[in-house]
Amino acid sequence: MLSRVAAPLETATHPEALRRVVIEPVSRVEGHGKVTLLLDDEGHVRQARLHIAEFRGFETFIQGRPYREVPVLVQRLCGICPVSHHLAAAKAIDVLVGARTLTPTAEKLRRLLHLGQTLQSHALHFFHLASPDLLFGYDSDVASRNIIGVIQAHPTIALQGVKLRKYGQEVIRILSGKRVHGVLAIPGGVNRSLSRDDGESLKKDIDQVVAWSQGAVKTARDLYLADLEKNAAFGSFRSNFVSLIARDGSLELYDGGLRARDHLGHEVFDHLNCDRYLRHIHEEVKSWSYMKFPFIVALGSDEGWYRVGPLARLNNADRIRTPLAESERAVFARLGEGGPVHATMAYHEARMIEMLYAAEAIRELLDDPDCYGSDLVIRGERAFEGVGVVEAPRGTLIHHYEVDETDAIVRANLIVATTNNNNAMNTAVREVAARDLDGRELTEGLLNHIEVAIRAYDPCLSCATHALGAMALDVSLEDASGLLVDRLVRDSDGRVARPGAP
Amino acid sequence: MTKATVATCSLAGCFGCHMSLLDIDEKLLDLLQLVEFDRSPINDIKHISRPVDVGLVEGGVCNAENVHVLQEFRRMCKVLVAVGECANTGGVPSMRNGVSLKRCLEQSFIRGLGIEGAQIPDDPELPLLLNRVRPLHHIVKVDYFLPGCPPSADAFWRFLTELLAGRDPALPRELIRFD
Repeated sequence: MLSRVAAPLETATHPEALRRVVIEPVSRVEGHGKVTLLLDDEGHVRQARLHIAEFRGFETFIQGRPYREVPVLVQRLCGICPVSHHLAAAKAIDVLVGARTLTPTAEKLRRLLHLGQTLQSHALHFFHLASPDLLFGYDSDVASRNIIGVIQAHPTIALQGVKLRKYGQEVIRILSGKRVHGVLAIPGGVNRSLSRDDGESLKKDIDQVVAWSQGAVKTARDLYLADLEKNAAFGSFRSNFVSLIARDGSLELYDGGLRARDHLGHEVFDHLNCDRYLRHIHEEVKSWSYMKFPFIVALGSDEGWYRVGPLARLNNADRIRTPLAESERAVFARLGEGGPVHATMAYHEARMIEMLYAAEAIRELLDDPDCYGSDLVIRGERAFEGVGVVEAPRGTLIHHYEVDETDAIVRANLIVATTNNNNAMNTAVREVAARDLDGRELTEGLLNHIEVAIRAYDPCLSCATHALGAMALDVSLEDASGLLVDRLVRDSDGRVARPGAP
Repeated sequence: MTKATVATCSLAGCFGCHMSLLDIDEKLLDLLQLVEFDRSPINDIKHISRPVDVGLVEGGVCNAENVHVLQEFRRMCKVLVAVGECANTGGVPSMRNGVSLKRCLEQSFIRGLGIEGAQIPDDPELPLLLNRVRPLHHIVKVDYFLPGCPPSADAFWRFLTELLAGRDPALPRELIRFD
């Protein structure tokens, strides 16, 4: 019901008889992914998959480490959104030290850091990574289909993108010491305040940043509306949506409860306490990807998968707290004609509306006396298990830790934003494969259509490769009739055995 | 003047080094006067198309595909640079070297929280994982090591402009950091 093409193309019945086409690496996204297509003799697509083929292993190797190291270690999951991992981990660890409610200064500075990151990440994605497809066309010349081509052909747009990203990165540097992998959050609070001088220097440019962000919303919207019919259909499907939500139903990136709505916009759950995420969200493992496939337990794995990120957040939000972004949200919502907006390509406009929200919210916080306060850390009653959830630029990010009496991590579970979009990205890949590629000669430009659909989700594939594993090798020898002659299995410790042999 | 050619990639890294390179901000326009990019995650060139002057490699080596990409870079790049902590030492991902792979694998895909359809992914499309995460120089000869997690934008700028000017790019102390 949720997807029109969906599952039939996920797994071909006779893959051995089909021709394999691979897109590797998927480019202009963060991290490592590849797409495989299996085609029959007539060029019909029989199978299309986005594989995540890398591991790193954070959940396992942080075990035994003291909890206070975790926000510094886990941000190394991702160089584009390190702040999200830093803050999700910090929020989980706040629970461990009994600091569920931080001081106003600590909470607001963390929010400011997070907004800086939302701004820089959204700018990076739209201008540096995705805009070449949108400005030049999906099939345009590969030589100029990149940010350098945009700099040459549209210097004003490109330079605004560079400067928007720079501003967000400067917010991060001032608060955390470095643009990438700095440290602000510590258990129960933050390690510094914002100085008046730094606040004033950030204030100087913020009006310009708000204005450029408004321009970016217009650019994204104009590009979408320029070919409304095509953009509404491209890689599109219906789905459920999950995001954080503020108590009053407004857009929320740093705290709040979880809201899930179905493809018609009806409530599945709302204001769910994040501590209870595990009762409502499970992950399915599939043999062909190291990235798991999350779903809402009550709806099951077939119907319960969902989308996260800017589109989900705008669909779920009843309003946005800042005025300029709210008026843009109201315009955007009309695309849904009374229900949620489902178009994959609508992610771009939603992302730019969030960038505008981030700019406006930064402007407010820079005028907030609490950001310049000195009450930075609190402590309360010790706990041994904590969950921290934030809305990373790419979507809902869940960190969950258990510690022992010695403060060492004994268990960790991370569900990152891109993993939450795994089923959605695979569905988009299958949609584009079936509609745009089926039966045609596959050119470089045509294959880029697949990547355009993946890029709309702004995947952070490094983030999604935190699971650690080793390849178990399984070799089967069959005779011409398919009868099994022999089988050797090498396990993850390197031992080779014949299954069934004594 | 013909521009120098540069290729970049990220292996078992987090793209933070690439982000730090982009943190040169408006100087990106100046850099584009000096260099032309071949394969890089910021464009759609999937394999190095010709011999290039400089290869910047972020991330350590954790699987067979990383080995192939690194070998392609060594073969095609006149000067190969190990960029950032992971490329220099294995970095944070090499913390897995002290852990039993079997235990990790089962924990992630069999015994993890909220797992359904528990199984260990084993599709032939998934590249073989190495038993240890390694720095680049365990696999190929490396010409320069740029430290930092990530190296700062200023370090990138200084390194590249010195190198492209034909000088040995020795960095002053204040541009060398290890965090």
